[in-house]
Amino acid sequence: MADKPQEAPEHCPGTQSQDAGKASACAGCPNQNICSSGATKLPDPGIALVKERLSSVKNKVLILSGKGGVGKSTVTSLISRGLAAENINRNVAVLDIDICGPSQPRVLGALGEQVHQSASGWSPVFVEENLSLMSIGFLLNDVNDAVIWRGPKKNGMIRQFLSEVDWGTLDYLILDTPPGTSDEHLSATTYLKEAGITGAIIVTTPQEVALLDVRKEIDFCRKVKIPILGVVENMSSFVCPKCKNSAEIFPALTGGAKKMSEELNVEFLGSLPLDPYLARCCDEGKNILEEFPESPTVKALHSLVNKIIEKCNG
Amino acid sequence: MLDGVKHIYLVLSGKGGVGKSTVSSQLALALKEAGFRVGLLDIDLCGPSIPYLLNLEDKDVHQSDEGYKNFNIFYKIEWTELLNILLMAIVLVYRWVPVYTDNDQKLAVMSIGFLLKNRNDSVVWRGPKKTSMIRQFLTDVAWQDIDYLIIDTPPGTSDEHITVMENLQTVKCDGAIIVTTPQAVAIDDVIKEITFCKKTGIPIVGIVENMSGFVCPTCSECTNIFSSNGGISLSEITKVPFLTKIPIDPTIGKFADKSQSIMKNFPDSPGAKAFTQLLEQITKSKEA
Repeated sequence: MADKPQEAPEHCPGTQSQDAGKASACAGCPNQNICSSGATKLPDPGIALVKERLSSVKNKVLILSGKGGVGKSTVTSLISRGLAAENINRNVAVLDIDICGPSQPRVLGALGEQVHQSASGWSPVFVEENLSLMSIGFLLNDVNDAVIWRGPKKNGMIRQFLSEVDWGTLDYLILDTPPGTSDEHLSATTYLKEAGITGAIIVTTPQEVALLDVRKEIDFCRKVKIPILGVVENMSSFVCPKCKNSAEIFPALTGGAKKMSEELNVEFLGSLPLDPYLARCCDEGKNILEEFPESPTVKALHSLVNKIIEKCNG
Repeated sequence: MLDGVKHIYLVLSGKGGVGKSTVSSQLALALKEAGFRVGLLDIDLCGPSIPYLLNLEDKDVHQSDEGYKNFNIFYKIEWTELLNILLMAIVLVYRWVPVYTDNDQKLAVMSIGFLLKNRNDSVVWRGPKKTSMIRQFLTDVAWQDIDYLIIDTPPGTSDEHITVMENLQTVKCDGAIIVTTPQAVAIDDVIKEITFCKKTGIPIVGIVENMSGFVCPTCSECTNIFSSNGGISLSEITKVPFLTKIPIDPTIGKFADKSQSIMKNFPDSPGAKAFTQLLEQITKSKEA
């Protein structure tokens, strides 16, 4: 698909092509020998490494959304916390592959933690006894540092995350992704090809401007053949803490996520309300399940988690 | 490159969904209402929102420019064949004509959204392909003489941003407008974006805080759903000027979707006031 190196000559046939290293454009290209040797057409050795490393992981779930800021990281943290809290013997891990804007360290309350390297690989950071986390946020010297990387470097980082983290035995590995349908997403799907992806959960908000990008994400899943577990609608309604009237801040003028799910024939898993307590818990890295067990978000979450377990086991 | 363009502004944010596209499109509309000729370039290739926000989703059909027609025919072809065809199209067409929102041709828009056959199609490209597309957006669009070019970006600090930054080094970029929401989780990523600007030498105009507080329509109680004052404290930490604060206002969401300037249609709303402030800041620095 995108197998042309960045500095390739103008009519480069692509490294995976039959003509790699043999086309007229290849003459004079510094990489001609590598291409013509056939090495570039072999599958990436990373794929096998990832398969081996993740062989003890039962379910691998991607959290996706074409749109940014809809709550992928929040939903990731809620689902993983929900899964972990429900059954203490269930091992859950979160892998944050948002390289340029990692949010999981904050949302799961692990800011400032460090990862340790051991003979068996990187040890993830444990948030709860049965909930661990890995994110690029742990590898930065300073939280304000920007990761100014182009695609290939991000690709390498994701490969390392998937093949070199010592997760142990896991029931669920939840991957939090950045918005879009680009490098990070392609890298994750490529490296997980052999290991197998249980499915993707698509997160959206009710407005059309978000749904527009989310439809693209569903199209992406179909193109790269990732099964879709379902759609979660976040920030669906806001209940005023004073007068208890509900207001639609992000109005679903086009029917919201439910209608989109019907149109595109994917399952609608449920909605999470817009909850100021949830936003605060995320900012402070607290567990809303413990802080506000009576909040409508927590109630909605329980049914969501049960549906996901059902989907993963079925 | 960008010869007839007087001023260039980038709208940036490390975080997604904070309102970059809303700010970009409303700022462009506001500048247009103020009598300037404006261009709006959307370089978010995987999630273009500008065509929808400016109500231009079906617009390509109405274009009568010869150049634009050609360019469209070429794009109705499969994406996988795109790169070679692109090169041909450039040779043939030479320059792309942007889409205009009105008959006076005061607001010109370019986005990958105009090039997609179906609005649900995804653009599954890795970096190098995105880079070449953006380079073409910057070099090959015939903006003609415009006063302001607003560039709307995707979230992050990666290929799109590096490409724009590299290409704008030869022409002067007036600066970046940083958009954020008040939550700590957004501020974290926005600080990274500011670091990016500082490292790469892009001047920063200032910070716009979006989705500040929500005023309940029934009881007028103001709830800070996404916390409060994050933008101001961010500007203090990073020593970047604070430009304005836009409250959460469902009318912005409703009317901004229809290419309506909220400044023109609801001049008294707090949202409109925030944009008036922003407009003043942007145009003021130019006159001085």
